Amino acid sequence: MAYALQQLINGVSLGMIYGLIAVGYTMVYGIIGMINFAHGDVFMVGAFVSLITVLLLGIGGGAAGPGALLLVLLAAMAVTALYGWTVERVAYRPLRGSFRLAPLISAIGMSILLQNYVQVAQGARVKPTGTLVPGGVTLMQSEGFNVQFSYVQMLICVVTLGVLAGFTLLVTRTPLGRAMRACEQDRKMAALLGIDTDRIISLTFVIGAALAAVAGCMYLLRYGVIDFYIGFLAGVKAFTAAVLGGIGSLPGAVLGGLLIGLIETFWSAYFSAQYKDVAAFSILILTLVFMPTGLLGRQEVEKV
Amino acid sequence: MFTRRLMLGAAASGLALPAYAQNRGNPIRVACAGPMTGSNAAAGDQMKIGAQQAVADLNARGGVLGRQLALSIEDDACDPRQAVSVANKLAGQRVAMVAGHYCSGSSIPASAVYREEGVLQISPASTNPKYTDEGGWNTFRVCGRDDQQGQVAGAYIARVFKEKRVAVLHDNSAYGKGLADETKKAMNAAGKQESIYSAYTPGERDYSAIVSRLKQERVEVIYVGGYYTEAGLIIRQAKEQGLNATLIGGDALVTNEFWSITGAAGEGSLMTFSSDPRKRATAASVVQGFRARNVDPEGYVLYTYGAMQIWAAAAAKAQSVDARKVADTLKRQGPWNSVLGSTAFTPKGDVTVPDYVFYVWRNGTYAEM
Repeated sequence: MAYALQQLINGVSLGMIYGLIAVGYTMVYGIIGMINFAHGDVFMVGAFVSLITVLLLGIGGGAAGPGALLLVLLAAMAVTALYGWTVERVAYRPLRGSFRLAPLISAIGMSILLQNYVQVAQGARVKPTGTLVPGGVTLMQSEGFNVQFSYVQMLICVVTLGVLAGFTLLVTRTPLGRAMRACEQDRKMAALLGIDTDRIISLTFVIGAALAAVAGCMYLLRYGVIDFYIGFLAGVKAFTAAVLGGIGSLPGAVLGGLLIGLIETFWSAYFSAQYKDVAAFSILILTLVFMPTGLLGRQEVEKV
Repeated sequence: MFTRRLMLGAAASGLALPAYAQNRGNPIRVACAGPMTGSNAAAGDQMKIGAQQAVADLNARGGVLGRQLALSIEDDACDPRQAVSVANKLAGQRVAMVAGHYCSGSSIPASAVYREEGVLQISPASTNPKYTDEGGWNTFRVCGRDDQQGQVAGAYIARVFKEKRVAVLHDNSAYGKGLADETKKAMNAAGKQESIYSAYTPGERDYSAIVSRLKQERVEVIYVGGYYTEAGLIIRQAKEQGLNATLIGGDALVTNEFWSITGAAGEGSLMTFSSDPRKRATAASVVQGFRARNVDPEGYVLYTYGAMQIWAAAAAKAQSVDARKVADTLKRQGPWNSVLGSTAFTPKGDVTVPDYVFYVWRNGTYAEM
């Protein structure tokens, strides 16, 4: 019981990070119908900007105050959002209206570019920091097993839920959100009604990148070790989460992220850890066989 | 037509020249190959320093068989493909021996080229058993093997942590799994069973699920067959979850980056590595020579130096630099005196006395126990 609770905490805090990244995939897909393969690397950039800010503030050695952490988070979001905007402007907008595969290829190119750029600029070695948010609470104790809920795991849950709540409000309650939903439903019609669709698409990338930066920052706080390659694995997992939840659906992305995190964790907890990816992806395949649009995805209606 | 003939002529003279160089009293060409660029460049640099100094010292004493030595340095970047092309290049130069390479993944494919081309290879650093097990007559090493390393680790765990619960983890790589399995075998043979044996996925950052499992099993000792990043993360996340276990690993943990990942969580971590050759009496004068030039002969410097010395001694005894004759002499005769002490080789080309000792991390530095 205590053991399962501990693994639940592990799985949820991992799944939250996947979910945050998955939102970026699903948003872009919803609006322009393409998979932004560079998104995982935007997440990696977010983690690096967080690390650089941490080092600039001189808090890399140990515990950091809440003000400093907020500053790190905001800096990461701002700089990474700029990256997101640039990626869209440089690699995707010129190809809009081109054949479907073109932006996909340029997305892969962008992913490689970001990876290699960070590798060259920051070096290929792993970059560690100290434990910025140390400590935690012991939730329960049974038969000598302490269930540990660390402050950084709490922080991940609170920040993720807060950011997602704010984001949901943005999409459902603001004029910008309305314009985004309009673009998602019918871009041409939205443009006819006076919406600047290019601007909306840019903003979508900016918001997606900012969310990825939150994920990158949380990742750095949680694990304390990053390198230029972390975007690949995290990106693949988050993309899987987006597909599992139903690509295009925001709650689906978060649900998918949580599920992937939980499946991985519980599989390693009770079965063989080396097969956890096999387990996660088998469940993805099974889900897609029976629910081709994912758990919360909508059926595409053929327009005539 | 003219250009073609010219090219043929150039090619022919290119082929003929090295043979000519070998047979007249010209220098004997030897080589050092390793990662001079890339993430393991620090190790490659050490090899280069060692090889250069060894050749300079040997030449100062009159060379080998009355001929001077000329050294080629080549960069394989720890990339197996580049290692093969480097091997072909060196074979084309008709080098008599290669001190190298560093990574097992480079040494193994390169050794096949050297074997076909009749080049002797002595690796100062490649520990994967396959290198000599599957290598031919030409493969030697002056470092230990991962199975020897595992024996030392397994026996130590069985002796010191007899009453403790031990976990054996590995990353499924040739190095990591090989090392973990050898350790487990030696430990079991000494009458100690592990509580849990499991693989983990390298390249990830989240090992909290495995750590919780170790906590559930009340593990007190974690043996990791794998590289420093994952081992560091595992012990760091263990301490965060309140699991106070001792980490034990192999030679892949002997880098300062391990500590920068773990921070204080790495305190007391143990690892097996060759005993420090700088402290040996046989190396005293050479070490002094290095220090006089403000060079610390750390890591693989002396191993590369020793590889050159041993080859030179064997060539002198064989009265030839022919790779087959020297290889035969290396295996049948000896022991060979060098900065590494007294070294003898098994018929496979391994050192006869495995020389692994434990190191411990304290306050950000490691020292022999």
